[in-house]
Amino acid sequence: MTTDLAGLKTNRRTVLGGLAAGGALMLGAAPRFVQAQSSAPIKLGFQLHRTGIGAAYGRWYERTTQAALKLLNDQGGINGRPVEIVFEDDGTDPKRGAEVVEKLTTQAGCDLIFGPLFSHVVIGSAPRAGELKVPYLVCSEGYHVASGMLNRWTLQPGITDVRAQVSSMAPWVMQNLGKKVTMVFPDYAFGHDHRDFFTEAVKAQGGEVIAQIAIPPTETSFTRYLPQIPAETEVLYHVMVGPAVLTFVKELGEFYGSGARPQIFGFIDSLEAVDTAAPGLEFLEGTHFWEGHCRVKQADAPEWEGTYRAAVGVDDNGASVSDARDVSTYAHMFSCWETLFVIKKGMEASGYQSTADRQKFVEAIEAMTAFDAGLDHVQGAKTFNGKTHQVFGQQFISKVEGGKLMRVHATSIEDGVYPDAVDYTAQSF
Amino acid sequence: MAAVLALSAVGLSLTFGVMRVVNVAHGEFFMLGAVLAWVVAQAVPSAPLGFVAALILCPLVVGAVAALADTAILKRLNYDPEATIVATIGISYILQQGALSFFGPDARAVEAPFSLRLQFPWFGYSGYKLFVVIAAGLVLLAVWLFMTRSRAGLVMRATQVDRNTARAFGINVDRVYAGTFALGAALAAVAAVLIVPIQQAHYLMGHDPLLLSFIVVIIGGLGSIRGTLIAALLIGLSDGIISMFFTPTLAKIVATLAVALVLVFRPQGLFGARA
Repeated sequence: MTTDLAGLKTNRRTVLGGLAAGGALMLGAAPRFVQAQSSAPIKLGFQLHRTGIGAAYGRWYERTTQAALKLLNDQGGINGRPVEIVFEDDGTDPKRGAEVVEKLTTQAGCDLIFGPLFSHVVIGSAPRAGELKVPYLVCSEGYHVASGMLNRWTLQPGITDVRAQVSSMAPWVMQNLGKKVTMVFPDYAFGHDHRDFFTEAVKAQGGEVIAQIAIPPTETSFTRYLPQIPAETEVLYHVMVGPAVLTFVKELGEFYGSGARPQIFGFIDSLEAVDTAAPGLEFLEGTHFWEGHCRVKQADAPEWEGTYRAAVGVDDNGASVSDARDVSTYAHMFSCWETLFVIKKGMEASGYQSTADRQKFVEAIEAMTAFDAGLDHVQGAKTFNGKTHQVFGQQFISKVEGGKLMRVHATSIEDGVYPDAVDYTAQSF
Repeated sequence: MAAVLALSAVGLSLTFGVMRVVNVAHGEFFMLGAVLAWVVAQAVPSAPLGFVAALILCPLVVGAVAALADTAILKRLNYDPEATIVATIGISYILQQGALSFFGPDARAVEAPFSLRLQFPWFGYSGYKLFVVIAAGLVLLAVWLFMTRSRAGLVMRATQVDRNTARAFGINVDRVYAGTFALGAALAAVAAVLIVPIQQAHYLMGHDPLLLSFIVVIIGGLGSIRGTLIAALLIGLSDGIISMFFTPTLAKIVATLAVALVLVFRPQGLFGARA
């Protein structure tokens, strides 16, 4: 018997032989993805702040995620299937964010969505994810996940929230820097978390917040706010976001200059993507910063730290290897990396096959309790609270020494744990 | 802040006064000036030299872009008030997204030409900011002299008073319009170059100056340079003082309220001539 296959005269024996050879070739070429029931790639959506006020974060979140994706696929993908990520820009805009969630889910056909940072965008987008019943893994630090404000489909397994961050560091600030605190923060959800929980934590330590200065996140000049800082302030606590962060820190420097100044404790957010040795920032010498992940490679860094930096393309000072002026958002971007590996664990634990398994995936993540430090959790070990959908990790306090951030204190995970405010597992899907 | 505001508002006021064109793209010309300042500063090695080069080049380039926009778009619409508003909105989007495509979404700092710091007993102040105030004052003085003393200024004022009669006297109104539009945009660019070492160049930075410029121009009276100056001082200072003692939101509320009150009780603005 002969058949006409692709214009060639062949018989059954050659066809079978060809099939076997082709199969062997495929096995040889892609041995890592063989055990999958479906070998179609798993498609993850990434809601990216590529433009708008979050652009500096977006640039590095994309690089970090690409690097994590490469490692993930080199390790064999998820459930034996290759993984691909669809990046979609939300302009750091809550309205656009909700549309991006919808676009990634319904048009791009993504299995789940992760990656957004800015809290107003997350709060604006998460309800749409809940309506579409798509897992939504945010990297936003805000307390809005653990507070119960969002929904069962929204999880934060990659980064500690602000409430845990500030309450774990408040004791150190009180004991080492001073008890009378003035806070400067952006006037929206993320800043309000700082205001509420740091004030509360300071009170618990016997200190006092004597002034709270809220600044609109789109503000471009800060000189007029700085005289509001009371003269008796012992510690100035600052956290700022957006494209004007450099202006803010510079104007703070102009304001205090070489004169007497209080102790300054800042969130690195005020300086993310900014070189700490930039001209005009000399006054930062000796001030302290919170860091989620130390920008400058510390002497006792674990061995995977170097692998992570090389993969993302960051040098030992936290700047891009190709351009030393391109400073990374190092203290935050590990959250994308870690979230991707949590997704892998969740999909493998739930035996995820298709979008029909989305609910099983969320339940699998809720069942997780701890992550060990390692190349998949580069920032360090973490505990996960399935009821509040929130992860807890170590926080670092660094001091600027010679223009570089050197770690002086690390909190323990327990320092930041607070009572549950919600049980998402009791909510319906 | 008030000084820079005055610069960009005078630009807007000129465009409206002479051409009767509401230039919604004005904020984007401001942004373009700042972005170009960064480009120039990158190309020139030393910071002071780069700043001076930017201060000369950017207004010229922005002015040229504006003149081009005027002859290519606004002239073809016959300066019809409604059509030009829509057209300038379009231009603003083109400029903004163009900056996003070619310049990127990041905020970029330009180094100040000098970093003198004045140390008062209780707080410090940047010497550069004082320089900005002086420089803005000088530019405004130059504009005022240009408008009142030079022949070109006379021609522009003549066109402002009556376009057709001016044409009858042999004035090339098209050229005057292109020149005015370019001058207005160039003033915004000067303001931007001055401000960029304090703030940073960013593709979204045009919004605030546009809004504030409009507020200032409406309060001061459209087309009146003197009114614009006084209103800029008024709004700039009240914005600073109210934000300092109360909240920035209140400052915006007061500014908007002032616009509403001026529109209700004195629609021509504080110093505007009755149309």
